Amino acid sequence: MSELIFYAAAGMGRKVRARALVASDGFSARYDLDRIRGVFSRPDHKLAGQSYGGKALVLDAAKGGVATAWMLYEMTARAVMPAALVLNRVNPIMVQGAALADFTMISGFDRDITKAIPNGAEVEIDPAAERPFIRVL
Amino acid sequence: MKLNGEERAMRAGEFGPLRQWAIEHQIKVGDYLGADDFVPVNQAHIMADTESLGAAGVEWLERWAALPEPQRQVRIPTITDPRGTDFAAAARLKQQPWMLDLERRAITAFEGLGVLMTNTCINYQTIMPPVRGEHCAYGDTGVVIYSNSVCGARSNFEGGPSALSAGLTGRTPRYGYHLDHRRQATLVVEVASTPRDLCEWGALGGIVGRIAGDYWQVPLLVGIERTPNSDEMKHFGAALASFGSVALFHMAGITPEAMHIEDIAPSGCTLPSHAVDESMMHAFRARYAADVGATDVVVFSAPQLSLLEMRDLAGMLDGRRTTIPLLAITSPQVKPDADRMGFTARIEAAGGTVLSGMCFYQSYAREMAEANGWRRLATNSAKLTNILGGYGYIPALLSMEECVRVACAGGKRGR
Repeated sequence: MSELIFYAAAGMGRKVRARALVASDGFSARYDLDRIRGVFSRPDHKLAGQSYGGKALVLDAAKGGVATAWMLYEMTARAVMPAALVLNRVNPIMVQGAALADFTMISGFDRDITKAIPNGAEVEIDPAAERPFIRVL
Repeated sequence: MKLNGEERAMRAGEFGPLRQWAIEHQIKVGDYLGADDFVPVNQAHIMADTESLGAAGVEWLERWAALPEPQRQVRIPTITDPRGTDFAAAARLKQQPWMLDLERRAITAFEGLGVLMTNTCINYQTIMPPVRGEHCAYGDTGVVIYSNSVCGARSNFEGGPSALSAGLTGRTPRYGYHLDHRRQATLVVEVASTPRDLCEWGALGGIVGRIAGDYWQVPLLVGIERTPNSDEMKHFGAALASFGSVALFHMAGITPEAMHIEDIAPSGCTLPSHAVDESMMHAFRARYAADVGATDVVVFSAPQLSLLEMRDLAGMLDGRRTTIPLLAITSPQVKPDADRMGFTARIEAAGGTVLSGMCFYQSYAREMAEANGWRRLATNSAKLTNILGGYGYIPALLSMEECVRVACAGGKRGR
């Protein structure tokens, strides 16, 4: 069986291994999360009610406002945060937030990454590789 | 990124550790997003409510604010988005002492950095609107989209850390909406029915935002039959930015870069086209209309109210009495005028509460809901309806007049 590996246009942060939590939906820390409980709280989000702590979130696009730029840092400080963000498309806020929090994030694929990664799969993400990638283990 | 001599000196720490951190942060962001170099900016605007910052973010600010003054002061005018409270009304909102303490600490830290505590998301109406072509580093998506689209200024979404960095370095990475080619339309939206009130403008913004879907899309609206006023643009833009993460729109024949369509949608290039009609507007609003009679609280906020919105609200409340909480949230710049012209007194005589310098969703909305027993909320802000679901509210999107009627008809207490 061929290896499932997908290369991203850009990445930042450290190499991580985690279980993937996948949905064809957006991501905003303010709009979508109950950051105290560590769950998706927006009722119409496809991951509503699911815990994101320690997961590699594989989602479609960065959404919402500017608050995520601070919130990733705040979540990291309390250690109730995802292991990584893997997005088809980012906005500047996700990049700024990941930069402040030293958070692992990769984005920009040649296919819809939410269709390519099986939900629940163990994945490795290396944002610092010459070509940043996510690999199904 | 290409750096000039001053930027290299900042990176080497010659201007102190804070500016060194700031330019490193900007280089990381710029590298990720493909910036070739920096562009000087004239203004910065920081979103930094303490619900977002948390204790960790406030401590981070305090560490920098303890540096010697020459090393910590911003070098361009740098202002703030709404705070997480109106200290004068915190007890009525049942906000907790720890929230106020965190707010005070954040304010002290920002003041130490030389930031002007304007506490507003309508600085384009009240402080210093940017001019066409002016490069800025604005936080608050509503500020960015209005400044880019209505004023013709140039800013990306700059989250708090990046807006602060821009204030400290006087520049920002040149990517996204600082570049001419990024400002071209990427889709066309044909609007069959021009909105009639602020709520409808917000609904249109929400619909277009859902169609556009991400930050890099630039909708061109055609068919708008009259020039919207500043409050209408404000609600439209805020909703479009909220639902779509969109930072720039054009309206054919109305916004400054769209006076000639060929300037932003060259002939020969075929853009995806979408139509929005009145039935879609009704459907959008219907999604936020469940059980309005059980409303717990009515909120006018997001964005903060202009003086004219305050006047309109005062007029609608004259001779009436609210039976559930009604909150009208404005900026610290508008509030004194609203006081002087009697709008505040008229709103409060009817039982409403006028708040200043905060914004509802940036003010511990989840904790306020739990403390006050608020779940069903009515508002004329489409942006607010989009945000508050995740905070546990069931929001209803109504016109300002309908909101006033609900507030005076009893809501949950009147049933």
